[in-house]
Amino acid sequence: MKKKDKSLIFEMSVPGRKAVTLPDCDVPYTDISNLIPGKFIRETEAELPEVSEVDAVRHYTRLSQMNYGVDSGFYPLGSCTMKYNPKVNEDMANLDGFAKVHPYQPEETVQGCLELLYETDRMLSEITGMDRVSLQPAAGAHGEMTGLMIIKAYHENRGDFKRKKIIVPDSAHGTNPASAAITGFDVSEVKSDERGGVDIEALKSLMNDEVAGLMLTNPNTLGLFEENIVKIAEVVHAAGGLLYYDGANANAIVGISRPGDMGFDVVHLNLHKTFSTPHGGGGPGSGPVGVKKDLIPFLPEPVIEKNESGYYLDYNRPLSIGKVRSFYGNFGVVVKAYAYICSLGANGFKDVAQTSVLNANYIMHKLKEYYKLPYDRICMHEVVFSGQKQKDMGASTLDIAKRLLDYGYHPPTIYFPLIVKEALMIEPTETESKETLDEFIDAMIKISEEIKEEPEKVKGAPYTTSVLRLDEAKAARDPKLIHTQ
Amino acid sequence: MSAYIPNTASQKHKMLSEIGVASVDDLFSDIPESVRLKRKLDLPEAKPEMELVRHMSQMARKNCNTDEYTCFLGAGAYDHYIPSVVRHIISRQEFYTAYTPYQPEISQGTLQAIFEYQTMICRLTGMDVSNASMYDGASALAEAASMACSVTRRKEVLIPECVHPEYREVLSTYARFAGYKVVVSSIKDGRTDINDIESKISDDTAAVIIQNPNFFGAIEDIEEMEEIAHKNKSLVIACCDPISLAILKSPGEAGADIAVGEGQSLGNPLSYGGPYLGFFAAKKELMRKMPGRIVGETVDREGKRGFVLTLQTREQHIRREKATSNICSNQSLNALSAAVYLTVMGKKGLKEVALLSAQKAHYAYEQLIKTGLFEPAFNMPFFREFVLRYKYDVAELNKKLIEKKIIGGYELGKTYPDLKDGWLLAVTEKRTREDIDRLVREVVSL
Repeated sequence: MKKKDKSLIFEMSVPGRKAVTLPDCDVPYTDISNLIPGKFIRETEAELPEVSEVDAVRHYTRLSQMNYGVDSGFYPLGSCTMKYNPKVNEDMANLDGFAKVHPYQPEETVQGCLELLYETDRMLSEITGMDRVSLQPAAGAHGEMTGLMIIKAYHENRGDFKRKKIIVPDSAHGTNPASAAITGFDVSEVKSDERGGVDIEALKSLMNDEVAGLMLTNPNTLGLFEENIVKIAEVVHAAGGLLYYDGANANAIVGISRPGDMGFDVVHLNLHKTFSTPHGGGGPGSGPVGVKKDLIPFLPEPVIEKNESGYYLDYNRPLSIGKVRSFYGNFGVVVKAYAYICSLGANGFKDVAQTSVLNANYIMHKLKEYYKLPYDRICMHEVVFSGQKQKDMGASTLDIAKRLLDYGYHPPTIYFPLIVKEALMIEPTETESKETLDEFIDAMIKISEEIKEEPEKVKGAPYTTSVLRLDEAKAARDPKLIHTQ
Repeated sequence: MSAYIPNTASQKHKMLSEIGVASVDDLFSDIPESVRLKRKLDLPEAKPEMELVRHMSQMARKNCNTDEYTCFLGAGAYDHYIPSVVRHIISRQEFYTAYTPYQPEISQGTLQAIFEYQTMICRLTGMDVSNASMYDGASALAEAASMACSVTRRKEVLIPECVHPEYREVLSTYARFAGYKVVVSSIKDGRTDINDIESKISDDTAAVIIQNPNFFGAIEDIEEMEEIAHKNKSLVIACCDPISLAILKSPGEAGADIAVGEGQSLGNPLSYGGPYLGFFAAKKELMRKMPGRIVGETVDREGKRGFVLTLQTREQHIRREKATSNICSNQSLNALSAAVYLTVMGKKGLKEVALLSAQKAHYAYEQLIKTGLFEPAFNMPFFREFVLRYKYDVAELNKKLIEKKIIGGYELGKTYPDLKDGWLLAVTEKRTREDIDRLVREVVSL
């Protein structure tokens, strides 16, 4: 990437310049002061940009050139499943019959939308082994929040109000405890055992009649499958708790094993991970929530149902937790995921899981000689290394990540999970070829050699990006969150 | 087998033998036998792209779209014009296939665009700080209420019935589980009944919520509410329509503490309800209590201006259960649409959109009243949306209009039993005089 001069859109403004010409008013014009009383009218104009269309297009094009997407290159960001985003899915979401439909149109005019939602619910239920799926949550964390609300509502409906605790492993995503806290739960942490799984004895000691449930990512954030999952489910259920599946890592198991069959009661998926919808630089995502039969009454309303006259929105759900978002969720994202599921079909998912796991193990095998591997066993779709060896030689995991930028890669997830020091979490996904993996492996090996020979060089990285290493401490110490003239 | 997997069978074999396992099944040995799926998934067979396009196009055609039908429906989602530039920009892969900008050196595009978005939102709302977006207007409102409770250490929020019913429902869901109370106040002539606010506000009230224009399209008096709320040391949360802010007094000017709202109409297609974006802005003092991602300006090693995600100690990945919110992914690409929309519309254009919508809405209102079939439900100033009472059955009217390729107004009886005959119509700048005249003709001919 070449260095470029940067200028804010506000700095390009020229008074009087505009990019869009609107039609003349074709109805009798009344002065606004005759329509709306003066005291409700703005005192000062909103200082929005004044630029031409070509100014705007060049500005945003230039900004885009300072970004790195999946189409730019390899993006092994662990736990984020940055797989290729098929182009046809974008086309499908942009069809007029999906993109230009108002959410309050009468049901008989949106049968295609309702059918798509209904079928996606059905297909995701089959993939996860659950009985019903709500597509309303807008993102993974939103799905977690929804799932935990369902768990709470379920216990309370049984007249059990003392279950105020949610257990999460020490390897869990930060969203797990945060979601539990905002839904009114206390959070207890269960530690991991020496193999990286949930410590069963520790779990047993935490379980009692105050525990509402256990949130588990499986495979977990170390990229390891919970070998004791059957036992874990038994322990949690025996104490009256429910088991929550965080679907961040579902890419490893689709078509091979289903959370519903492992004993999970509530599942969320990330359509923007496992189901190939693009991340958009931080959303929109979609975090559908699936539940077992007993929990269906608590799903957010409306639920899409079908009868002899067609599909309809069912709001008559007295036990529902209510709504967690307006309308029916990130519909456009669901359209893309539906297209993806149809493209893969009955056989495609197993291939996805197998190849993603194969790719991760290949990287693990090739790099473990160079980087410390804290849990030396077969991994699932991602592998977690520690940069401790390199740190001892003078360059940290952050430095390794920044150096990868110079080699043209998006770095892995770093410093997570928290239980691995100097963590480097690599998730290649199934959509990368052996050639790409080999090139990345070479780059990682080269960096480890650079650290031996000239750690200072790695510590100064990156050198080739549009900006060099940024002062994040200054940004937080002296926050400048908007542009001022 | 799948179209999106590049490795060939022979490459896979080679990789397996390098790893030192006989087959791919050996990589799954950690999964207990009893929880493995021993059959094929019960899904339709894979569809090649050509069949997929045919299948989904057929599905899409079962819906009536707003190009073929003239839309007078609003109620929280609006059919404003989206300049062509918006879609071209957000379709650039560098934007839409990128992740959250955790690595700022290769994410300056997203970061600067969001910094500019935050600035535009602040200029529109008259606030000091904005976050990078929330899921939608309703969840932004609920997060604002949670924040108000945490800031004031009070356990109640006051919300009038003329706030969007779905926003109230989402708020109630969040509140029920977070453990604070939602007190609903009444309406008078289609607006917040200020006397009822005064009688219900108490030492427990963390915030008073006001929507402007409200669900019925009527313009509220935020300043009147602000006085009562601040005297009581409660915060004011204004839930605003962003297009209206080109002409209406901003929440900042009116003294609100937090401004939230639905950003869909800023360049995002209706898309059957999503993805949209919630915007969230506040006064400086509340900065460190805000939910969600925030972009800040800084410098690089050589002193060059750059942008990063900042104030992250508020967030879940650092603070875990003590975070201000659990939000992680937001609606970044939709916020980018909003920024591009506000850029190309610009200072003059957005005002024109707002004025044209207001002119046309008032014209439609007059013409419909003239038919003698409707009466104004309220006597209140409005912006681009208004309520009429219909002499006959509203549902029947909408059904007949669909046959004429017109998507009629929102049937208020669905959510307001007192307004069974209420018809909420929205008129944007996209509606021509001919569209409006045709609506009037069809209504008369029924």
